Amino acid sequence: MSIFVDETTRVVYQGLTGRQGSYYGLLNRDYGTQVVAGTNPRKAGQDVDGIPIFASVADAVAETGATASCIFIPAPGVHDAVIEAAEGGVRFIVAITEGVPAHDEARFYNRLKRDFPAVRLLGPNCPGIISPGRCNIGITAGHIALPGGPVGIVSRSGTLTYQALYELKQKGIGCTTCVGIGGDPVPGTSFIDCLEAFQNDPETKAVMMIGEIGGSAEEEAAEYISQHMTKPVSAYVAGVTAPPGKKMGHAGAIVSGGKGTAVAKMDALRDAGVLVGLNPTEAGELMAGIVAGL
Amino acid sequence: MDLFEYQGKQFFAGYGMPVSPGEIAFTVDEAVAAAERLGTPVMVKAQVHTGGRGKAGGVKFAATIDDVRTHASDILGLDINGHVVGRVWIEKASDIAEEYYASFTLDRSARKHLGMLSAEGGVEIETVAEQNPDAIAKIWVDPVDGLDEEACREWVAAANLPDAAVDGTVRIMLQLYTAYVEGDADLVEINPLILTPEGEVHVLDAKVTLDGNSVFRHEGYAAFDETQARDERETAAHAGGLQYVGLDGSVGVIANGAGLAMSTVDVVNQVGGAAANFLDIGGGANADVMAGALEVINNDPAVRSIFINIFGGITRGDEVANGILEALSRVQIEAPIVIRLDGTNADEGRAILEPHLSDTLAMASTMLEAAERAVELAGAAAVGA
Repeated sequence: MSIFVDETTRVVYQGLTGRQGSYYGLLNRDYGTQVVAGTNPRKAGQDVDGIPIFASVADAVAETGATASCIFIPAPGVHDAVIEAAEGGVRFIVAITEGVPAHDEARFYNRLKRDFPAVRLLGPNCPGIISPGRCNIGITAGHIALPGGPVGIVSRSGTLTYQALYELKQKGIGCTTCVGIGGDPVPGTSFIDCLEAFQNDPETKAVMMIGEIGGSAEEEAAEYISQHMTKPVSAYVAGVTAPPGKKMGHAGAIVSGGKGTAVAKMDALRDAGVLVGLNPTEAGELMAGIVAGL
Repeated sequence: MDLFEYQGKQFFAGYGMPVSPGEIAFTVDEAVAAAERLGTPVMVKAQVHTGGRGKAGGVKFAATIDDVRTHASDILGLDINGHVVGRVWIEKASDIAEEYYASFTLDRSARKHLGMLSAEGGVEIETVAEQNPDAIAKIWVDPVDGLDEEACREWVAAANLPDAAVDGTVRIMLQLYTAYVEGDADLVEINPLILTPEGEVHVLDAKVTLDGNSVFRHEGYAAFDETQARDERETAAHAGGLQYVGLDGSVGVIANGAGLAMSTVDVVNQVGGAAANFLDIGGGANADVMAGALEVINNDPAVRSIFINIFGGITRGDEVANGILEALSRVQIEAPIVIRLDGTNADEGRAILEPHLSDTLAMASTMLEAAERAVELAGAAAVGA
């Protein structure tokens, strides 16, 4: 089993007619994802390499039975695109777009929570989700991941997610699902959401977690792990040497005062029984040790 | 984007909030002229993107025009935590009866907006939070519902301000929330919010951080971008559209992806070195971007070696290798380079780089190895120099 998506997931791409949307949409289809539709109100009735374009997500759901959406809309349109997807009837929304204003994120997160509690949002500013061999939604290169488990991965950073998948593949270790939750201030899906889903997924036997400086998501995850997780976890946190108050690329990756530092996060995770690596390679080796002992 | 105090006050004034009249001055003469127009007494306030101005002597009361001249010449050029004062805000002085603290920011854990209000203003709010947390009244605002007057009034009541301050504070808090939301701010903070002896509630300071991602819907924000605190290297990188943060070490770092770049800086540190910068060139890693990145690194006199750390995902290793070679042919690089290339088609990429390897262009198969080599080269270069 995988979490959130599988081979039956039918995906509509909002922005499939754009450069990024068509590039990754078609790559995802090549991987085996059921890419059933695209949307663009001005291009309804057309197609992208055989994938039909509809005026709205609601139309796409009605015509194709889409169950998930993937958003490649430019940042100014993401708020409306998320609401359109939820109103249109999909249950899972992956927002890849980076640069979405934080106030928009706070608004659509709370709107979904209140009016569409059954809908899960992943992102924005995330690489997406891949269940190797079954479904790949987003911008992860499918061939760097080995199917079959037993490891589930959840990560706040894009390239470090790929790094983690690759480290495991090099060691012959497969992945059930790899979720990139993104580095923005209001992520639709949190570490805890993923940890809970992995804990409940019989195929996942261990979890690898990649965090970074800023916020308190890793500390909250550590608390959850110590109270609810029986499966072993390895982790890596980027940004040990980041200077306070400097923004490092991601909106979320910023340290203020003594809070949200990588060291504080690593300490919290260690206290929760997590094996913490000092670099991505070491976290991979720790996971290899865990898997060998399963 | 951090605003200077005076920019923050102009931003607040746009939402109807009561701020003192003032003028910005870049020279002593401008400061004096401003004070003459405003009429003394005035405050002379250093405009810098850092805290602790008062303690550093960057905020002075001037009773007379002569005082203004003295204080402005002392403050202009003053170094406050590494920020050299280039402008002062001359503001009509206010009489203060009491000082409060007020702010709105995003509570990332609660995923709601958090308002904080305290009768104990004028000091570091972190200190109040630690020593007397009950002195801070908090309100969590659902971004969908917004803040209505009834909830605002309850919140202000919880802060135990004197009766005379309540109505004015409620009005200003509603305006502050509107400014925070409509202005797409990450943080709006007033410290102090004051009560005057005449019973007026007044905004005496402004700390505003705007969300850089919202520039597309705020015409005026591009101007704020130009006044951000950046060193020379950061200015050049920013102009080239690169995600760059200057650091104090000697190993120049180039990586694709923010997480990987941060991790690279960490690993350099872990093996006993120090990075000169954080530089994320994004996913593509093509020749143009790589050349631009190398140029920025090359212009940093502190750089003794360069560590290029690329993980090929969708972008294949062979494309990355060709991009690096093309960039190297365009930019004359002084420092030795260590490349770590991994991921998709890494073997093909390494094969392309292999014939070009030399004393000044090395390759390593893991991040750790590459970092060790880069740190070693930086040390050797430092000794050689």
